[in-house]
Amino acid sequence: MSETGTDVVKRGMAEQLKGGVIMDVVTREQARIAEDAGAVAVMALERVPADIRRDGGVSRMSDPDMIDAIKAEVTIPVMAKARIGHFVEAQVLQAIGVDYIDESEVLTPADYAHHIVKTDFTVPFVCGATNLGEALRRISEGAAMVRSKGEAGTGDVSQATTHIRTILGQIKRLTTLDDAELFEAAKELRAPIELVRQTAELGRLPVVLFVAGGVATPADAAMMMQLGADGVFIGSGIFKSGDPAARARACVEATAYFDDAERIAKVSRGLGEAMVGISVDSLGAGDLLAQRGW
Amino acid sequence: MRVGVLALQGDVREHVRALEGAGASAVPVKRVSDLDDLDGIVLPGGESTTMGKLLTLFDLLEPLQARISGGLPTYGTCAGMILLASEVLDGRSDQRLIGGLDITVRRNAFGSQVHSFEQDLTVEGVGEVHGVFIRAPWVERAGSSVDVLASVGEHPVAVRQGHLLATSFHPELTGEGRMHEFFVNTLVAKREDS
Repeated sequence: MSETGTDVVKRGMAEQLKGGVIMDVVTREQARIAEDAGAVAVMALERVPADIRRDGGVSRMSDPDMIDAIKAEVTIPVMAKARIGHFVEAQVLQAIGVDYIDESEVLTPADYAHHIVKTDFTVPFVCGATNLGEALRRISEGAAMVRSKGEAGTGDVSQATTHIRTILGQIKRLTTLDDAELFEAAKELRAPIELVRQTAELGRLPVVLFVAGGVATPADAAMMMQLGADGVFIGSGIFKSGDPAARARACVEATAYFDDAERIAKVSRGLGEAMVGISVDSLGAGDLLAQRGW
Repeated sequence: MRVGVLALQGDVREHVRALEGAGASAVPVKRVSDLDDLDGIVLPGGESTTMGKLLTLFDLLEPLQARISGGLPTYGTCAGMILLASEVLDGRSDQRLIGGLDITVRRNAFGSQVHSFEQDLTVEGVGEVHGVFIRAPWVERAGSSVDVLASVGEHPVAVRQGHLLATSFHPELTGEGRMHEFFVNTLVAKREDS
């Protein structure tokens, strides 16, 4: 008997990406550059977050033709984004055979109360989270991978730092609690007690945890790894920089050798301009994408 | 017994745990110096194109090739099977391989992630194993010195050629331990005897 769409194959797929960099790409040429640089997967989308931020308007799932073109170009897994709560966009992405769906706050939410019931799908999902409760709620809905949200399209790593530190700090605290305290923690986290207990026992999430939202340099990527991330998403940081191919290679190298400062120094040389970026401080509350999702 | 796990990228932690469960002392391998004093090595699951690039970039490809062709017992799972193969279909034309195992593999042979599956298998010399196949390759051609240990349909998914073992599936994800015990007790222990 062979079975598809199980938790083991969904979560197991993300395990294969650990220690790697997943890059946002908007054209097949960019997908080629990402694969050549050693990306473990690409995220196919119509506009990188920096452009979504600049252009405004409603941001939606990409054209299936565009996703197909990228799938044809590379042999590594291709991910694509659906709007929060937009289960039909997710059905479409599953139908065209993407390898992973990101239910993403970077796109305009389609439902301000509900997330997609991800257990209904064969294709696995990754979801964003700013804290442990949010991460566990997404896992209970069926997410097979979590990424901390950071603040996409800014090139400012401070929110990514806050979110990964928050999630890992809250997990560390769980490991010190007794049974009675875990029930109280589950209430505070607004998460199922079984998942809270499992997380406390493992001392980590039961799924892979990547970082996203603001990573722009090899040192940023290595910092996220040293803080305890399993891997890194880089969105605007690569293709909004002066020399994308060189920066992509350098970020892959710095992620693999995150604990080797000499190597990070070496790959940080002569990369040209980093993305200009926006300091998160200068954004109004309404501009913060990380607040989408609940 | 000291068994290395190539730790450039992929599910390294799971292999370390499975090897330790099988009684070996597992060491992550990231640098050429990590290759010293190993009795065996595991090439984990991950992305084979990424691992191939990192192997070249970090000057690990040739030292690893030298040790593996020199008789170091090696077990490759999924991407690791691809890296060990002498030829790859549906991969990148410039994909870097370690080679040594006389097989032709087809990448993502079962399809994209929605076709990833779990299935019980009988592996010759090992017994019943729960196979987890994730965007898995299969063996399209096996040379005359290669033993096929298990197949799905007509496609070999577990093969052995002397000191080299490779599976399309991921025994490190199931917690069963049988494939790792087989590798440690049969291939690695045999080399220690000689």
